[in-house]
Amino acid sequence: MSGKKSNIKQFIQDLPKNVFSGFVVSLIALPLGLGLAMASEAPPIAGIIAAVIGGITVSLLGGSHVTIVGPGNGLVGVTLVAITTLGLETAYIAIVFSGLFLLLLGFFRMGKLSDFFPSSAIQGMLAAIGLIILGKQFHIMLAHKINRSDTIDYLIEIPFTLNDAVHYEKKGLVFAALAGILSLAIMFFYSKVRNKYLQLIPAPMWIVILSIGFSYYVEIGLHEANPISKEYMISGIPSIQNILADIPIPNFNGIWSMAFLGSVFGLTLISSIESLLSIKAVDKLDPEKRRSNVNRDLKALGLATIGSGFLGGLNVVTVIARSSVNVNQGGNNRSSNFFHALFLIIFIVFFSTQLTRIPLPALMAILVYTGYKLASPDIITKMFSIGKEQLIIFFITLVVTLKIGLITGIIAGVIATIIIHIIINKSAGLFFRNVLKPNVLMYKEQDGKENYYVSVKHFCSFLNYFRLKKHLDAVPEDQDVIVDFSLCDFVDNTVMENIHNYQELFAKRGGHFDVVGLDMHDTGTKHPLASRRLLAVPRIIKKSLTRRQNSLYSLAEDYHLNYNPKHQKELTFLNNFSFFQTKHIDHIYNKLSTEDKSIKLFDIEFSEGEFIAKEVIRKTMIHIEINQAIPEFTLDKEGFLEKVSALAGIKDIDIENHDDFSNRFHLMGENEKSIAQFFNDDITHFFESNPYYHVESNGKSILIFGKERLASIKEIKALFDYGKRLKAVIEANN
Amino acid sequence: MSLKPFKSIGIGVAFSPNLKANLYESARLSVFLGAKLFLIHVGDASAEKLNQLDDILKSFKSEGLDYEVVFKTGDPVEVILSISEEKKIDLLILGALQRERFLKYYVGSIARKITRRAKCSILLLIKPAVERIPCQHIVVNGLKDPKTEQTITTAFYFATKLKTEKLTIVEEIKEDQVTVKVEDDKSLRMANIMKERIKLRENSRINEIISHIPEAYTQDKTIKLQAIFGKQGYSIGHYAQISRADLLVMNAPSKMTFWDRLFPHDIEHILTELPTDVLILQ
Repeated sequence: MSGKKSNIKQFIQDLPKNVFSGFVVSLIALPLGLGLAMASEAPPIAGIIAAVIGGITVSLLGGSHVTIVGPGNGLVGVTLVAITTLGLETAYIAIVFSGLFLLLLGFFRMGKLSDFFPSSAIQGMLAAIGLIILGKQFHIMLAHKINRSDTIDYLIEIPFTLNDAVHYEKKGLVFAALAGILSLAIMFFYSKVRNKYLQLIPAPMWIVILSIGFSYYVEIGLHEANPISKEYMISGIPSIQNILADIPIPNFNGIWSMAFLGSVFGLTLISSIESLLSIKAVDKLDPEKRRSNVNRDLKALGLATIGSGFLGGLNVVTVIARSSVNVNQGGNNRSSNFFHALFLIIFIVFFSTQLTRIPLPALMAILVYTGYKLASPDIITKMFSIGKEQLIIFFITLVVTLKIGLITGIIAGVIATIIIHIIINKSAGLFFRNVLKPNVLMYKEQDGKENYYVSVKHFCSFLNYFRLKKHLDAVPEDQDVIVDFSLCDFVDNTVMENIHNYQELFAKRGGHFDVVGLDMHDTGTKHPLASRRLLAVPRIIKKSLTRRQNSLYSLAEDYHLNYNPKHQKELTFLNNFSFFQTKHIDHIYNKLSTEDKSIKLFDIEFSEGEFIAKEVIRKTMIHIEINQAIPEFTLDKEGFLEKVSALAGIKDIDIENHDDFSNRFHLMGENEKSIAQFFNDDITHFFESNPYYHVESNGKSILIFGKERLASIKEIKALFDYGKRLKAVIEANN
Repeated sequence: MSLKPFKSIGIGVAFSPNLKANLYESARLSVFLGAKLFLIHVGDASAEKLNQLDDILKSFKSEGLDYEVVFKTGDPVEVILSISEEKKIDLLILGALQRERFLKYYVGSIARKITRRAKCSILLLIKPAVERIPCQHIVVNGLKDPKTEQTITTAFYFATKLKTEKLTIVEEIKEDQVTVKVEDDKSLRMANIMKERIKLRENSRINEIISHIPEAYTQDKTIKLQAIFGKQGYSIGHYAQISRADLLVMNAPSKMTFWDRLFPHDIEHILTELPTDVLILQ
């Protein structure tokens, strides 16, 4: 029982953190929920209902840990079709039915469903959804509502709308369009500005706050009516009483039509794929390295969707952007999902009238940005770098989805992939003969090393990847795995991508995931380059160095250091730093290192968050290997935010007799006793008398960095000097 | 328990480019096992054919090879099966075919029919060679089956006669024996504990079998036990292939119906994808 008791204690201890992150997530969920619902032509409140019902149900019954659920952007396309063809009331029934199917998928353990689709086709489908969202909302963002039957027409007319927007005569429209453009600018530039107070509130909420503030300023400060045209303000945010009174009466007429069945199928397919992909991605971000129970989550999502459909809400899916915000804000259990729902209720109960002060174009700018992120040119360049054939699959899926529909689109993508695989291998027999064979063998090697050996035969593509996945999932992530493809004639890009994900996951959790036997494919002509590109990471080196790189080069000569400007992906030495637990490191570059490699100074590019909440950050860091064992700790400047987080239950370790140090620095770590011992007089004096840096130890080495940006040459010299002296002080004192 | 299981060995003879390699392999095996070799030819008898066979097998006479040539016309499958019964052949040697341009072997339709219907043990050779390729590693199945004890014993007998030093006994464990489905950390831990338990149980079962085998056959050999959770019949072939085994020894299947061929399992998997030489013991 004591285990349970300590669990409860831990839960209560973590509660403030989760309330806080739930609050931040609700800030982003509110505008997104309203916007996504309006983009699907449902009443805006439908999105909030989905988030509230989902948040409560899934946090109580779900099987994942740090995910956030709510209305999903992938579903906008299908929901739109469902509502326009079936009418709102029948569409709710379609949502209920899709919830029922999700529930069944969960009961039949069909969590592996999403593995049966080639990744390029899924990318193509998501890009098409992005274009649907972008195409439709772009016009509203510029205060130019139009109605077209074909999704492609919306895209084609974007230039006309731009032209019209420049020539607006009515003041109401000009202000509406300005609100839209400003909001879009906020979405685009928000991640570029690194300021921790600004970043506390997510960009979508800034848009909401600024536009509500503007409307109050005009009304109370200038005593004028809001200059934005009335038809471009959000309408129809009901008060909580109205929501309860207006619960739609289920209308089961017309559920036997093909359109209905198609909608149910589409909603189920997309919501399960989106949820499963998101859960997989969020699991990688979980700082506590837990594994989600996918099938249990599907059941909870299904139940939530049924409830949401009956109450007039949209499908409930796991959403990646909001979940990644949750992780970044310190959410570490399901309660944050619950609190996010609770805060949404509070917003609706107390602020429903304020919400009608948001201009429609501002809200749509958030969606345009979401759509842009789904279909961004980066995705196309990435596809192209993997292989031209991936681009073909991508575009076939994209065009068919836009032209005909989602389900046809994804089927076209699957067929295109199969045909391309057959052409690449010049053999259909390879696939037909072997697709049903249990081609994966895994066993634990008996020679004392106890690592898992996995051998794959024949071919390994999206068609039979689920067999490999089943075996790999049965391995704890802190173990060693060797995957051998030497008996495998063909490995496709979907599998390579998943393998790459496993490698990252295992590296984060202390295991090793090695892939062997692919070198042999190099010699065979039948193997496509595509599949190999993902693992090998040679980059085209730019011949000419930038000015900063030239200065670094001469600095290296001055200080007798080795200088390497190339991108490097060998990052295992950064693995155990708690700073990187919720972040994804892309690469390091401009590396300066000493002869014995004990001090490495480098620029690093990493990202925080996912999807629209993703921020790419570049910093300059120094990594120092210490010859003795030292305790794990994190040391930072004590600031306002640290004081707030201290209130939330994160402990600051105080060092006795060094009040100045304790006041100015924020020290965290697990093993308080050894940390207190480690920070003796010399070391504390060193920190007191030197400039502030973020200093972090992983037990063997120390990571130091300063500013939220790349360092200048002068700063690099200072950082290098600081690191060298710190190393000397620590090694002298231990 | 008889420890001279093979008294007579049969091989189908066709006058093809492979003839010499086939005869050399079977003659060598007969000498190793001290068995009589029956050369079965589907067709009419002629002095010329006899001379050709005698010529090839001349070098083995000095090593004490005793052989007999049998001629009979008719359907190849029927002829070989009837002569096997008539001459009380214990072990029938069959050759495999190679899939074009791939290093993959499979059993042709005639050999497959014989394999399914024969009442004696079968040895399927993937690459008969004139020069002897030493047999260094034998993989044998350790299924939970009444035939397994005999199979393992025979594998040890074979290993001793062929001077094989390494022998791996593979315990194929059906995945549904692990009743826990892996879904999260807790069920993963449970499943792994359960697997470990099943493995220990299987290992002790196999060790019990090994302890019954006369020590003369088990000494001086590296014996390895390997538990594999996977599809029965298929995963052992896969294992034999990656562990570069020279011979795979398996139980003969208990019964074969139409459905077994439609939904291949056990031995049928091996027949479509021969990983190495395979000995199927009756």
